[in-house]
Amino acid sequence: MITPEQIKEFLGKSLPIAVCETQDLTGGGDHWQLIVVSPAFEGKGLLEQHRLVNEALKEPMSDQRIHALALKTFSPSQWEKLGS
Amino acid sequence: MADDVLNKIDEKVKNNKVMLYMKGTPDFPQCGFSAHTVEILKSYGIPFATEDVLADPSIRDGIKRYSNWPTIPQVYIDGKFVGGCDIVHELHERGELEPILKSALGK
Repeated sequence: MITPEQIKEFLGKSLPIAVCETQDLTGGGDHWQLIVVSPAFEGKGLLEQHRLVNEALKEPMSDQRIHALALKTFSPSQWEKLGS
Repeated sequence: MADDVLNKIDEKVKNNKVMLYMKGTPDFPQCGFSAHTVEILKSYGIPFATEDVLADPSIRDGIKRYSNWPTIPQVYIDGKFVGGCDIVHELHERGELEPILKSALGK
């Protein structure tokens, strides 16, 4: 299991993060839903955006601290359009 | 040999317009993410091939290396890796999946 603070720390190490919302889906600390907004996503397709997050979380994903990850990614301009 | 597995995967991905690597089968999915992905593909009424990674540990490991993607399910359309459950869901919601499928199946 992993804490939201640790997730944010891992992400912050390899990506500039504008927004990171975490939701523990089961209460067990290893099934997470993340909403991540990063300027690094600008102009990139979904697959590339998700790859950047997977790469940043490679360590906790491979040692199973994160067992399942549901991911939503947005560039700042996409996020703004959502009116959030 | 490890490369044999990647070749086997490559052949399937190239020989099936829509190829889904999943846990379980479309009728008996063994994971919620796989089940959801099957549901989305079925909603288009198009033919798609699947392979159960739980039936073969070498495929389960190999598919992650093939696409450099850490999770299963994985969807391939027209020989190209499209994404896992989240991405396919998002493309479906945005209406972007249908044109990809149409152009692949129209060929």
